[in-house]
Amino acid sequence: MINRLIEPTSGCISIGGVDITDQPLTELRRGIGYVIQQVGLFPHRTIAQNVATVPRALGWDKERIAERVAELAELVGLAPELLDRYPDELSGGQQQRVGVARALAADPPVLLMDEPFGAVDPIVRGRLQDELLALQQLVHKTIVLVTHDIDEAVKLGDRIALLNVGGVLEQFDTPDAMLAEPTSDFVEEFIGEDRGIKRLRLRTVADLAFQQGPVVDVDASIQTARAVIAEHGTEWLGVTVDGVFDGWAPVAALDAVLSLDQLDLAPPVAQLGPDSTLRNAMELIMASNTSVAVIADQGRFAGVVRLEQIRAGLRVPVRHLGHSGGADGSEGADRSDRSDP
Amino acid sequence: MIQLAQAANPIIRWEYFVDEWDQISEALIQHLQLTVAAVGIGIALSAVLTAAVLRFHWTATPISGVTGVLYTIPSVALFGVLVPYTGLTIWTAVIPLTAYTLLILVTNFVAGFRSVPPAVRDAADGMGLTPVRRVLGVELPVAAPYIITGIRIATVSTVGLVTVAAIIGQGGLGRLILDGLRRTFWTPMVIGAMLSIVLALVLDLVIQMVGRLVTPWTRRSRA
Repeated sequence: MINRLIEPTSGCISIGGVDITDQPLTELRRGIGYVIQQVGLFPHRTIAQNVATVPRALGWDKERIAERVAELAELVGLAPELLDRYPDELSGGQQQRVGVARALAADPPVLLMDEPFGAVDPIVRGRLQDELLALQQLVHKTIVLVTHDIDEAVKLGDRIALLNVGGVLEQFDTPDAMLAEPTSDFVEEFIGEDRGIKRLRLRTVADLAFQQGPVVDVDASIQTARAVIAEHGTEWLGVTVDGVFDGWAPVAALDAVLSLDQLDLAPPVAQLGPDSTLRNAMELIMASNTSVAVIADQGRFAGVVRLEQIRAGLRVPVRHLGHSGGADGSEGADRSDRSDP
Repeated sequence: MIQLAQAANPIIRWEYFVDEWDQISEALIQHLQLTVAAVGIGIALSAVLTAAVLRFHWTATPISGVTGVLYTIPSVALFGVLVPYTGLTIWTAVIPLTAYTLLILVTNFVAGFRSVPPAVRDAADGMGLTPVRRVLGVELPVAAPYIITGIRIATVSTVGLVTVAAIIGQGGLGRLILDGLRRTFWTPMVIGAMLSIVLALVLDLVIQMVGRLVTPWTRRSRA
């Protein structure tokens, strides 16, 4: 309806403040990139010609079109030698990339994607989703993406509009807020039972307040170390050297040493960056002896995260936009991190 | 006895080619003209009818009904019926010949346009192509393989039917056949029939080749 393939019967849709019904149809559509499930590439045109459809309709000169096609091919990850082929010679995933390149050709501010990844297998779908997220980091479009897959919506959407049968809007919210606080039974049922776990993928470690934890510098005295241990009631002591986390030692080992640098430290399973998801943090906590995930910011010790903090962090849903790698939504969602009017 | 008969009336007398070449070439050219005229007019009419079928769905049944009935009328009868109206002119031949092409052409044209994937049409609209550009620039090329097949079949069948038009004095190569039949003289009959077959095959090949040239994408498949 946004590109008036279906005419609105009531209400108003405006793009950049202009009512879509006030614009000439072809002009409106040329200003909106359009990607559909079956891709709909023109079988009689080469890949390059397909991508050039809208620029050609807009009357760009040949040189500019060729330049733009090459640029887009690189942007969406199409090998240049594919450009002279016909759509039937490409795989489904490649065709979908061409579809996205074609939609972006005239650099429209808005992109409509109607179940763009519905026709490819789950592995390719996952890859194309990741590519879309990476692409969005470069192009910053307003993307309205329609999907029936709630996981796709949660993964891609900045905001999700969940529509019930008959186009009834059930909830319009950030993915995290929708998972945390579904407003109706329908929404709750639709997003599934494991919504708490789904939220873990949406949030990053940076959302949490890190704690110093039972970690001391290697130069600290044994007494200080014992005090820290007592404070945390823990079985393990972490040691940093020059601000870099070095490893863990069991509390009992303190009895056998005179200073902390004599401890035989066990290195942590892994360290997380601040942009790791909470799901990664949880995995790490499950795998470690110490029930703690160590966070390192560019190599330097930043703190630790425990299960309790993750639980506490999920209590308040994230409503603001524009952090983490989220994009777009179920049954019409939009990616509204566009700043130009 | 058999040898005698053959000597008296062989299947083909090659000197006939030389002696009657003017007549043969004239018949051949006329045959070609009638075929091209009938198929050409047929294509134009079928384009209009196809547009009607695709645009106004209710016309599909009457159009397929009428073209179907036309196709069933014996050609000799149709030529005869037209004589009082159009006389022994070229139109008396072209009108029925054209009528016979319609069923084949419309059926194939419609099938061609219906073969255009809805997603392709959707994409064309969604990207802001004008309806004219969508039909001529997208749907027509995608439908081309069907359209070309229709034209091939119509042409080959018309080449055969043109011979019948000889009974109203038009006929092209049919005149040679009729002449041979009347005189129980095998040579013109065989030559007329053979040339008709050759003409049909040549035209079929030409159209097929043109078709391949204009639809290069159909010959490549996924690597």
